[in-house]
Amino acid sequence: MYRFIVAFILFTTSFAAIAEHAPEHGSEEKSFNAGELIMHHVMDNHEIHVGPIHIPLPIILYSKEKGLDMFSSSKISHGEPYNGYIMDHEKIYFVGDNGEVSRDEHGHIDAAKPFDISITKTVFGMFVTMGIMLFVFISIAKSYKKREGMAPKGMQSMFEPLILFVTDEIAKPSIGKKYKKFLPYLLTIFFFIWIGNMLGLIPFLGGFNVTGNIAVALVLAIFTFIITSVNGNKDYWKHIYNTPGVPWWLKFPIPLMFFIELIGFISKPVVLTLRLFANITAGHIIILSFVSLIFIFNNLYGAGGGYGVSILSVAFSIFMFAIELLVAFLQAYVFTLLSALYFGSAVEEHDHAH
Amino acid sequence: MNPLLPELGLVLWMSIAFLVVLFLLKKFAWKGIIDALHDREEFIERSLKSAEDAKAQMSELIADNEKLLATARLEREQILKEAKEMKEKIMSDAKVSATTESNRLINSARAEIEKEKHQALSDIKKQVGELSLEIAEKVIKKELSDKGAQQALVENHLSQSQAN
Repeated sequence: MYRFIVAFILFTTSFAAIAEHAPEHGSEEKSFNAGELIMHHVMDNHEIHVGPIHIPLPIILYSKEKGLDMFSSSKISHGEPYNGYIMDHEKIYFVGDNGEVSRDEHGHIDAAKPFDISITKTVFGMFVTMGIMLFVFISIAKSYKKREGMAPKGMQSMFEPLILFVTDEIAKPSIGKKYKKFLPYLLTIFFFIWIGNMLGLIPFLGGFNVTGNIAVALVLAIFTFIITSVNGNKDYWKHIYNTPGVPWWLKFPIPLMFFIELIGFISKPVVLTLRLFANITAGHIIILSFVSLIFIFNNLYGAGGGYGVSILSVAFSIFMFAIELLVAFLQAYVFTLLSALYFGSAVEEHDHAH
Repeated sequence: MNPLLPELGLVLWMSIAFLVVLFLLKKFAWKGIIDALHDREEFIERSLKSAEDAKAQMSELIADNEKLLATARLEREQILKEAKEMKEKIMSDAKVSATTESNRLINSARAEIEKEKHQALSDIKKQVGELSLEIAEKVIKKELSDKGAQQALVENHLSQSQAN
């Protein structure tokens, strides 16, 4: 126990040591800004930070005027124009004809933008997640074929409980008899969200925030929405435009029920998106805030403050990491469960009015 | 940059990549895994059921055996009982016939003996009669040859009867 405490204090104060020396090469430009650092991490980026190394990512742009353009982000990341483009706060704008860049009163660039389809940090993280999924599950499927009728082994036994969990605890009770049709989708989103969440929790490795990006969460929610709508049977739609079992005056002359059902219909994907995005992003923000505290205290009260607060804030961020590990699983579970429930309501056979 | 605004480029990448991955996983991973798990589940269920069936069959067999044994035991007892009865019957029958036979033999023997006895007695009687007749003849012959004696005898008798 004693040894553990010493190791813990040494480990935590090492953050303070970094903080103590960090401003030395950054101080000439600007002092430490926690908000900017956190937003920079949480938002999408055109480069990946693996520890101290910055890896540039390819930028792909499309515009009617200039067609498809592709180049490394290292050419543009320092703020100077390249090939008629300029990047400001991770957004890429056209440079004016005479090389001038118009800015608004806040100093932000105010110009037309090409369609940015770059391989950004999030796109790369998404590919990594998907690559892991493809590798893991295709090899698992192979071992199922090879070891037919035998007990699972290795990766198989690691993922089988999760696959069975999605099948038996999410799909079967929520959807009912027709669960098999939706199972591949549910398994895919479950593992995509879970692995994506876990990828975001690995410190110093890319700093990915795949599932915490609203676009990713939105696409997943839209897929759920489309699958629900495509598979919705007569009862499902009737429930929306003419809800059975409610008094007539809720439908005529003002179709109150219809509006209420419509709000529910639209809010489902919105809520799915926001829940996943907010939970994961908030987790990242909290952990980064605790770490930033060391730097803030270091700036405010000198090295002593940094060392003092580092013990506390690292302890808290370790605690948050533990919670985030749980949240990573929980959000994957919740998203999959809600999708399954929506599918279940879409294909449910009503033999009773309610 | 607003974190609440989805980037269109990212939406595009995510949609395409997700669809591709969904398709690939569905075709090359989930199908095999789900089928394998389902098959295994069924196999286990079937094995358990067949084990249960075997157990039931076993107990049925044991019960049958016991029943067979019980009936065999019963039959044996029946046979033994019957044999005993038969034995007793035969024995009593034999006894009865033996007694009657011996009685009959004894009776006939007795009758024979009686008959023989009668015969012998009547023979003896006859011989005795003949002998007594002969003796009487001889006696009479002798007596009658001696007249004086005869006279005396008659007188004796007469005197005796007069005395009476």
